[in-house]
Amino acid sequence: MMESNQETLFQQKVDAEQKIEPKDWMPAEYRKNLIRQISQHGHSEIVGMLPEGNWITRAPSLRRKTVLLAKVQDEAGHGLYLYSAAETLGIGRDELVDQLLSGKAKYSSIFNYPTITWADMGAVGWLVDGAAIMNQVMLCRTSYGPYARAMVRICKEESFHQRQGYEIMNVLSHGSPEQKAMAQDALDRWWWPSLMMFGPSDKDSPHSVQSMKWKIKRQSNDELRQIFIDRTVQQAEVLGLKIPDPKLKWNEGTQHYDWGEIDWAEFFDVIKGNGPCNKERLTARQKAHADGAWVREAALAYAEKKAKKKAA
Amino acid sequence: MSNEKDWPLWEIFIQSKRGLDHKHVGSVHAADAQMAIENARDVYTRRNEGNSIWAVLAENLHASKPEDQGAFFDPADDKVYRHPTFYVMPKEAKYI
Repeated sequence: MMESNQETLFQQKVDAEQKIEPKDWMPAEYRKNLIRQISQHGHSEIVGMLPEGNWITRAPSLRRKTVLLAKVQDEAGHGLYLYSAAETLGIGRDELVDQLLSGKAKYSSIFNYPTITWADMGAVGWLVDGAAIMNQVMLCRTSYGPYARAMVRICKEESFHQRQGYEIMNVLSHGSPEQKAMAQDALDRWWWPSLMMFGPSDKDSPHSVQSMKWKIKRQSNDELRQIFIDRTVQQAEVLGLKIPDPKLKWNEGTQHYDWGEIDWAEFFDVIKGNGPCNKERLTARQKAHADGAWVREAALAYAEKKAKKKAA
Repeated sequence: MSNEKDWPLWEIFIQSKRGLDHKHVGSVHAADAQMAIENARDVYTRRNEGNSIWAVLAENLHASKPEDQGAFFDPADDKVYRHPTFYVMPKEAKYI
Protein backbone atom coordinates (compact mmCIF):
# COMPACT_ATOMS: atom_id res chain seq x y z
CA MET A 1 0.00 0.00 0.00
CA MET A 2 1.18 3.54 -0.72
CA GLU A 3 2.64 5.42 2.23
CA SER A 4 0.23 8.35 1.82
CA ASN A 5 -2.72 5.99 1.66
CA GLN A 6 -1.57 4.29 4.86
CA GLU A 7 -1.30 7.68 6.50
CA THR A 8 -4.86 8.61 5.48
CA LEU A 9 -6.20 5.34 6.88
CA PHE A 10 -4.24 5.91 10.06
CA GLN A 11 -5.67 9.40 10.51
CA GLN A 12 -9.19 8.12 9.83
CA LYS A 13 -8.76 5.53 12.56
CA VAL A 14 -7.53 8.21 14.97
CA ASP A 15 -10.39 10.55 14.03
CA ALA A 16 -12.89 7.76 14.63
CA GLU A 17 -11.46 7.37 18.16
CA GLN A 18 -10.11 3.91 17.41
CA LYS A 19 -7.00 3.15 19.44
CA ILE A 20 -3.74 2.47 17.64
CA GLU A 21 -2.17 -0.80 18.75
CA PRO A 22 1.52 -1.84 18.68
CA LYS A 23 1.46 -3.88 15.46
CA ASP A 24 -0.64 -1.37 13.50
CA TRP A 25 0.95 0.74 10.79
CA MET A 26 1.78 4.21 12.10
CA PRO A 27 3.68 7.22 10.73
CA ALA A 28 7.36 7.14 11.71
CA GLU A 29 6.95 10.55 13.36
CA TYR A 30 4.01 9.33 15.46
CA ARG A 31 6.14 6.45 16.72
CA LYS A 32 9.10 8.75 17.40
CA ASN A 33 6.96 11.31 19.19
CA LEU A 34 5.36 8.66 21.36
CA ILE A 35 8.66 7.05 22.30
CA ARG A 36 9.94 10.47 23.32
CA GLN A 37 6.84 11.39 25.30
CA ILE A 38 6.24 8.03 27.00
CA SER A 39 9.88 7.57 27.93
CA GLN A 40 10.13 11.11 29.32
CA HIS A 41 7.02 10.40 31.30
CA GLY A 42 8.52 7.13 32.60
CA HIS A 43 11.82 8.81 33.46
CA SER A 44 9.89 11.47 35.39
CA GLU A 45 8.28 8.79 37.55
CA ILE A 46 11.67 7.19 38.23
CA VAL A 47 13.53 10.43 38.97
CA GLY A 48 10.43 11.59 40.88
CA MET A 49 11.22 8.98 43.53
CA LEU A 50 14.32 10.91 44.57
CA PRO A 51 12.92 14.13 46.09
CA GLU A 52 10.44 12.11 48.17
CA GLY A 53 12.80 9.26 48.97
CA ASN A 54 14.80 12.03 50.63
CA TRP A 55 12.19 12.19 53.42
CA ILE A 56 11.35 8.52 54.06
CA THR A 57 13.81 8.15 56.92
CA ARG A 58 12.76 11.47 58.44
CA ALA A 59 8.98 11.30 58.17
CA PRO A 60 7.45 12.66 61.39
CA SER A 61 5.41 9.56 62.27
CA LEU A 62 5.18 5.89 61.40
CA ARG A 63 1.91 6.57 59.57
CA ARG A 64 3.51 9.23 57.38
CA LYS A 65 6.51 7.02 56.77
CA THR A 66 4.40 4.04 55.67
CA VAL A 67 2.39 6.27 53.35
CA LEU A 68 5.45 7.91 51.83
CA LEU A 69 7.08 4.55 51.26
CA ALA A 70 3.95 3.28 49.50
CA LYS A 71 3.82 6.41 47.39
CA VAL A 72 7.43 6.12 46.28
CA GLN A 73 6.84 2.43 45.44
CA ASP A 74 3.88 3.51 43.32
CA GLU A 75 6.12 5.94 41.41
CA ALA A 76 8.49 3.06 40.63
CA GLY A 77 5.52 1.02 39.44
CA HIS A 78 4.30 3.89 37.27
CA GLY A 79 7.73 4.23 35.71
CA LEU A 80 7.62 0.54 34.84
CA TYR A 81 4.09 0.70 33.33
CA LEU A 82 5.36 3.49 31.10
CA TYR A 83 8.60 1.76 30.11
CA SER A 84 6.51 -1.29 29.26
CA ALA A 85 4.26 0.87 27.04
CA ALA A 86 7.28 2.49 25.36
CA GLU A 87 8.79 -0.91 24.65
CA THR A 88 5.75 -1.91 22.60
CA LEU A 89 6.96 0.72 20.09
CA GLY A 90 10.18 -1.19 19.46
CA ILE A 91 12.67 0.46 21.79
CA GLY A 92 14.51 -1.68 24.36
CA ARG A 93 14.63 -1.08 28.08
CA ASP A 94 18.43 -0.84 28.01
CA GLU A 95 18.22 1.92 25.42
CA LEU A 96 15.60 3.80 27.44
CA VAL A 97 17.73 3.65 30.56
CA ASP A 98 20.85 4.68 28.64
CA GLN A 99 19.04 7.73 27.29
CA LEU A 100 18.12 8.81 30.81
CA LEU A 101 21.55 8.18 32.30
CA SER A 102 23.43 9.89 29.48
CA GLY A 103 21.22 12.96 29.78
CA LYS A 104 19.91 12.52 26.23
CA ALA A 105 16.33 12.01 27.41
CA LYS A 106 14.57 14.59 29.53
CA TYR A 107 12.36 14.14 32.56
CA SER A 108 9.98 16.57 34.20
CA SER A 109 11.90 19.64 35.38
CA ILE A 110 9.90 19.81 38.58
CA PHE A 111 12.11 17.10 40.07
CA ASN A 112 15.13 19.34 39.75
CA TYR A 113 13.88 21.39 42.69
CA PRO A 114 14.97 20.40 46.22
CA THR A 115 12.66 19.16 49.00
CA ILE A 116 14.09 21.01 51.97
CA THR A 117 11.34 20.76 54.61
CA TRP A 118 8.69 18.20 55.58
CA ALA A 119 6.04 20.58 54.24
CA ASP A 120 7.54 19.99 50.80
CA MET A 121 6.16 16.43 50.99
CA GLY A 122 2.75 18.03 51.39
CA ALA A 123 3.23 20.55 48.59
CA VAL A 124 4.65 17.95 46.20
CA GLY A 125 1.71 15.59 46.75
CA TRP A 126 -0.89 18.33 46.56
CA LEU A 127 0.52 20.46 43.72
CA VAL A 128 3.01 18.35 41.76
CA ASP A 129 0.90 15.19 41.79
CA GLY A 130 -2.18 17.35 41.33
CA ALA A 131 -0.74 18.90 38.17
CA ALA A 132 0.46 15.50 36.95
CA ILE A 133 -3.02 14.05 37.43
CA MET A 134 -4.57 16.74 35.20
CA ASN A 135 -2.24 15.70 32.44
CA GLN A 136 -2.66 11.99 33.09
CA VAL A 137 -6.44 12.06 33.16
CA MET A 138 -6.29 13.59 29.68
CA LEU A 139 -3.83 10.90 28.56
CA CYS A 140 -6.26 8.12 29.54
CA ARG A 141 -7.89 9.04 26.21
CA THR A 142 -4.68 9.22 24.18
CA SER A 143 -4.77 7.47 20.80
CA TYR A 144 -2.05 4.88 21.48
CA GLY A 145 -3.64 1.88 23.24
CA PRO A 146 -0.80 0.74 25.52
CA TYR A 147 -0.14 4.33 26.68
CA ALA A 148 -3.83 4.91 27.39
CA ARG A 149 -4.09 1.67 29.36
CA ALA A 150 -0.99 2.50 31.42
CA MET A 151 -2.55 5.89 32.19
CA VAL A 152 -5.83 4.39 33.38
CA ARG A 153 -3.86 2.22 35.79
CA ILE A 154 -1.78 5.19 36.96
CA CYS A 155 -4.75 7.51 37.46
CA LYS A 156 -6.48 4.94 39.66
CA GLU A 157 -3.46 4.92 41.95
CA GLU A 158 -2.50 8.56 41.78
CA SER A 159 -5.38 10.16 43.62
CA PHE A 160 -4.15 8.85 46.97
CA HIS A 161 -0.88 10.66 46.23
CA GLN A 162 -2.56 14.01 45.96
CA ARG A 163 -4.79 13.43 48.96
CA GLN A 164 -1.95 12.40 51.27
CA GLY A 165 -0.11 15.59 50.26
CA TYR A 166 -3.11 17.77 50.91
CA GLU A 167 -3.60 16.07 54.27
CA ILE A 168 -0.03 16.97 55.26
CA MET A 169 -0.66 20.59 54.21
CA ASN A 170 -3.94 20.64 56.11
CA VAL A 171 -2.39 19.41 59.34
CA LEU A 172 0.54 21.84 59.11
CA SER A 173 -1.54 24.86 58.14
CA HIS A 174 -3.83 24.28 61.11
CA GLY A 175 -0.96 23.58 63.49
CA SER A 176 1.44 25.89 65.30
CA PRO A 177 2.42 29.25 63.73
CA GLU A 178 5.77 27.71 62.82
CA GLN A 179 4.07 24.78 61.09
CA LYS A 180 1.76 27.09 59.20
CA ALA A 181 4.72 29.21 58.11
CA MET A 182 6.44 26.06 56.90
CA ALA A 183 3.39 25.12 54.83
CA GLN A 184 3.18 28.64 53.36
CA ASP A 185 6.87 28.57 52.50
CA ALA A 186 6.42 25.25 50.67
CA LEU A 187 3.48 26.64 48.71
CA ASP A 188 5.53 29.75 47.85
CA ARG A 189 8.34 27.65 46.42
CA TRP A 190 6.27 24.99 44.62
CA TRP A 191 3.47 27.07 43.11
CA TRP A 192 5.24 28.45 40.06
CA PRO A 193 7.27 25.33 39.23
CA SER A 194 3.99 23.36 39.40
CA LEU A 195 2.40 25.67 36.85
CA MET A 196 5.45 25.18 34.63
CA MET A 197 4.78 21.43 34.63
CA PHE A 198 2.08 21.95 31.98
CA GLY A 199 4.79 22.98 29.55
CA PRO A 200 5.32 26.09 27.44
CA SER A 201 2.43 28.34 26.54
CA ASP A 202 0.44 27.07 23.52
CA LYS A 203 1.87 29.76 21.26
CA ASP A 204 5.41 28.51 22.03
CA SER A 205 4.67 24.80 21.86
CA PRO A 206 5.42 23.68 18.30
CA HIS A 207 4.85 19.93 18.90
CA SER A 208 1.38 20.54 20.27
CA VAL A 209 -0.51 21.01 17.01
CA GLN A 210 0.62 17.69 15.54
CA SER A 211 0.13 15.92 18.88
CA MET A 212 -3.45 17.16 19.04
CA LYS A 213 -4.11 16.09 15.45
CA TRP A 214 -2.86 12.60 16.27
CA LYS A 215 -4.85 12.74 19.52
CA ILE A 216 -1.75 11.93 21.55
CA LYS A 217 -2.68 15.08 23.48
CA ARG A 218 -6.35 15.95 23.90
CA GLN A 219 -6.13 19.32 25.65
CA SER A 220 -3.62 22.13 25.28
CA ASN A 221 -1.01 23.11 27.89
CA ASP A 222 -2.72 26.42 28.64
CA GLU A 223 -6.15 24.83 28.95
CA LEU A 224 -4.97 22.27 31.50
CA ARG A 225 -2.98 24.89 33.41
CA GLN A 226 -6.08 27.06 33.75
CA ILE A 227 -8.23 24.19 35.05
CA PHE A 228 -5.52 23.38 37.58
CA ILE A 229 -5.40 26.96 38.83
CA ASP A 230 -9.18 27.24 39.02
CA ARG A 231 -9.36 24.11 41.16
CA THR A 232 -6.36 24.74 43.37
CA VAL A 233 -7.17 28.29 44.51
CA GLN A 234 -10.19 27.08 46.47
CA GLN A 235 -8.12 24.30 48.05
CA ALA A 236 -5.54 26.87 49.20
CA GLU A 237 -8.33 28.95 50.76
CA VAL A 238 -9.45 25.95 52.82
CA LEU A 239 -5.90 25.65 54.10
CA GLY A 240 -5.81 29.37 54.89
CA LEU A 241 -2.68 29.73 52.76
CA LYS A 242 -1.92 32.45 50.25
CA ILE A 243 -0.99 31.65 46.66
CA PRO A 244 2.13 33.66 45.79
CA ASP A 245 0.67 35.54 42.85
CA PRO A 246 -0.41 39.17 43.43
CA LYS A 247 -2.24 39.19 40.09
CA LEU A 248 -4.44 36.20 40.96
CA LYS A 249 -8.07 37.35 40.73
CA TRP A 250 -11.44 35.78 39.91
CA ASN A 251 -12.80 36.98 36.59
CA GLU A 252 -16.61 37.02 36.47
CA GLY A 253 -16.58 37.46 32.70
CA THR A 254 -14.47 34.41 31.85
CA GLN A 255 -15.48 32.40 34.95
CA HIS A 256 -11.80 31.66 35.43
CA TYR A 257 -9.00 33.08 37.54
CA ASP A 258 -6.73 35.67 35.96
CA TRP A 259 -3.18 35.17 37.06
CA GLY A 260 0.36 36.51 36.68
CA GLU A 261 3.21 35.59 34.37
CA ILE A 262 5.38 32.46 34.53
CA ASP A 263 9.10 33.11 34.58
CA TRP A 264 9.83 31.30 31.32
CA ALA A 265 13.52 32.13 31.52
CA GLU A 266 13.69 29.99 34.67
CA PHE A 267 11.68 27.24 32.97
CA PHE A 268 14.04 26.95 30.01
CA ASP A 269 17.09 27.31 32.22
CA VAL A 270 16.07 24.31 34.37
CA ILE A 271 15.32 22.26 31.23
CA LYS A 272 18.79 23.11 29.96
CA GLY A 273 20.23 21.51 33.08
CA ASN A 274 20.80 24.52 35.31
CA GLY A 275 18.16 23.82 37.96
CA PRO A 276 19.13 23.47 41.60
CA CYS A 277 19.26 19.65 41.52
CA ASN A 278 19.74 18.52 37.89
CA LYS A 279 23.22 17.21 38.55
CA GLU A 280 22.35 15.58 41.84
CA ARG A 281 19.36 13.72 40.36
CA LEU A 282 21.25 12.36 37.39
CA THR A 283 24.23 11.37 39.51
CA ALA A 284 21.93 9.51 41.90
CA ARG A 285 20.37 7.54 39.01
CA GLN A 286 23.76 6.77 37.46
CA LYS A 287 25.09 5.54 40.79
CA ALA A 288 22.02 3.38 41.45
CA HIS A 289 22.35 1.81 38.01
CA ALA A 290 26.09 1.19 38.36
CA ASP A 291 25.71 -0.19 41.90
CA GLY A 292 23.04 -2.62 40.66
CA ALA A 293 25.11 -3.96 37.76
CA TRP A 294 26.49 -6.94 39.67
CA VAL A 295 23.00 -7.92 40.82
CA ARG A 296 21.65 -7.92 37.27
CA GLU A 297 24.63 -9.91 36.09
CA ALA A 298 24.42 -12.45 38.92
CA ALA A 299 20.69 -13.00 38.45
CA LEU A 300 21.20 -13.70 34.76
CA ALA A 301 24.11 -16.07 35.43
CA TYR A 302 22.01 -17.92 38.00
CA ALA A 303 19.08 -18.20 35.59
CA GLU A 304 21.34 -19.56 32.85
CA LYS A 305 22.90 -22.09 35.21
CA LYS A 306 19.48 -23.27 36.36
CA ALA A 307 18.24 -23.57 32.76
CA LYS A 308 21.29 -25.69 31.84
CA LYS A 309 20.75 -27.97 34.83
CA LYS A 310 17.14 -28.45 33.86
CA ALA A 311 18.07 -29.29 30.27
CA ALA A 312 20.70 -31.82 31.35
CA MET B 1 26.69 0.12 30.33
CA SER B 2 25.05 -0.62 26.99
CA ASN B 3 27.14 -3.76 26.36
CA GLU B 4 25.53 -5.29 29.42
CA LYS B 5 23.08 -8.10 28.55
CA ASP B 6 19.48 -7.11 29.23
CA TRP B 7 17.11 -9.37 31.18
CA PRO B 8 14.52 -10.85 28.80
CA LEU B 9 11.04 -9.35 28.47
CA TRP B 10 8.01 -11.23 29.83
CA GLU B 11 4.39 -10.49 29.03
CA ILE B 12 2.21 -10.59 32.12
CA PHE B 13 -1.36 -11.86 32.45
CA ILE B 14 -3.32 -11.47 35.66
CA GLN B 15 -6.46 -13.14 36.91
CA SER B 16 -8.13 -10.67 39.24
CA LYS B 17 -10.58 -13.14 40.82
CA ARG B 18 -11.05 -16.88 40.80
CA GLY B 19 -13.30 -17.86 37.91
CA LEU B 20 -12.31 -14.95 35.65
CA ASP B 21 -9.99 -14.96 32.62
CA HIS B 22 -6.35 -14.01 32.86
CA LYS B 23 -5.96 -10.61 31.24
CA HIS B 24 -2.87 -9.02 29.71
CA VAL B 25 -1.65 -6.11 31.83
CA GLY B 26 1.82 -5.26 30.50
CA SER B 27 5.35 -6.57 30.71
CA VAL B 28 8.34 -6.84 33.02
CA HIS B 29 12.00 -7.67 32.59
CA ALA B 30 13.35 -10.59 34.63
CA ALA B 31 16.18 -13.09 34.55
CA ASP B 32 13.85 -16.09 34.87
CA ALA B 33 10.19 -17.06 35.16
CA GLN B 34 10.07 -17.00 38.94
CA MET B 35 11.53 -13.50 39.05
CA ALA B 36 9.12 -12.41 36.33
CA ILE B 37 6.19 -13.57 38.45
CA GLU B 38 7.55 -11.88 41.57
CA ASN B 39 8.29 -8.63 39.72
CA ALA B 40 4.82 -8.74 38.18
CA ARG B 41 3.35 -9.10 41.66
CA ASP B 42 5.22 -5.99 42.81
CA VAL B 43 4.46 -3.97 39.69
CA TYR B 44 0.90 -4.98 38.82
CA THR B 45 -0.80 -6.14 42.04
CA ARG B 46 0.06 -3.58 44.74
CA ARG B 47 -3.64 -3.20 45.55
CA ASN B 48 -4.90 -6.78 45.54
CA GLU B 49 -5.59 -6.72 41.80
CA GLY B 50 -4.37 -10.28 41.42
CA ASN B 51 -5.21 -13.80 42.39
CA SER B 52 -3.00 -15.54 39.85
CA ILE B 53 -0.20 -14.45 37.50
CA TRP B 54 0.99 -15.89 34.19
CA ALA B 55 4.34 -14.84 32.74
CA VAL B 56 5.16 -15.66 29.11
CA LEU B 57 8.49 -14.90 27.44
CA ALA B 58 7.60 -12.11 24.99
CA GLU B 59 9.47 -13.88 22.18
CA ASN B 60 7.17 -16.89 22.60
CA LEU B 61 4.01 -14.90 22.10
CA HIS B 62 2.61 -14.93 18.55
CA ALA B 63 -0.02 -12.53 17.25
CA SER B 64 -2.27 -12.20 14.20
CA LYS B 65 -1.28 -9.51 11.73
CA PRO B 66 -3.32 -6.30 11.84
CA GLU B 67 -2.76 -5.64 8.11
CA ASP B 68 -4.55 -8.94 7.29
CA GLN B 69 -7.31 -8.19 9.75
CA GLY B 70 -10.06 -7.80 7.15
CA ALA B 71 -9.43 -11.03 5.24
CA PHE B 72 -8.44 -12.97 8.34
CA PHE B 73 -11.69 -12.38 10.20
CA ASP B 74 -13.82 -12.37 7.06
CA PRO B 75 -15.18 -15.94 7.43
CA ALA B 76 -17.14 -14.86 10.52
CA ASP B 77 -18.51 -11.74 8.86
CA ASP B 78 -21.47 -13.04 6.84
CA LYS B 79 -22.78 -15.74 9.14
CA VAL B 80 -25.58 -14.04 10.98
CA TYR B 81 -27.24 -17.42 11.49
CA ARG B 82 -24.64 -18.05 14.20
CA HIS B 83 -26.49 -15.57 16.39
CA PRO B 84 -29.71 -16.41 18.22
CA THR B 85 -31.46 -13.26 16.99
CA PHE B 86 -31.40 -14.68 13.43
CA TYR B 87 -34.28 -17.08 14.23
CA VAL B 88 -37.95 -16.14 14.19
CA MET B 89 -39.77 -17.23 17.33
CA PRO B 90 -43.54 -17.28 17.82
CA LYS B 91 -44.52 -14.59 20.34
CA GLU B 92 -46.50 -17.03 22.49
CA ALA B 93 -43.51 -19.26 23.25
CA LYS B 94 -41.89 -18.50 26.60
CA TYR B 95 -38.37 -19.06 27.96
CA ILE B 96 -36.79 -19.52 24.53
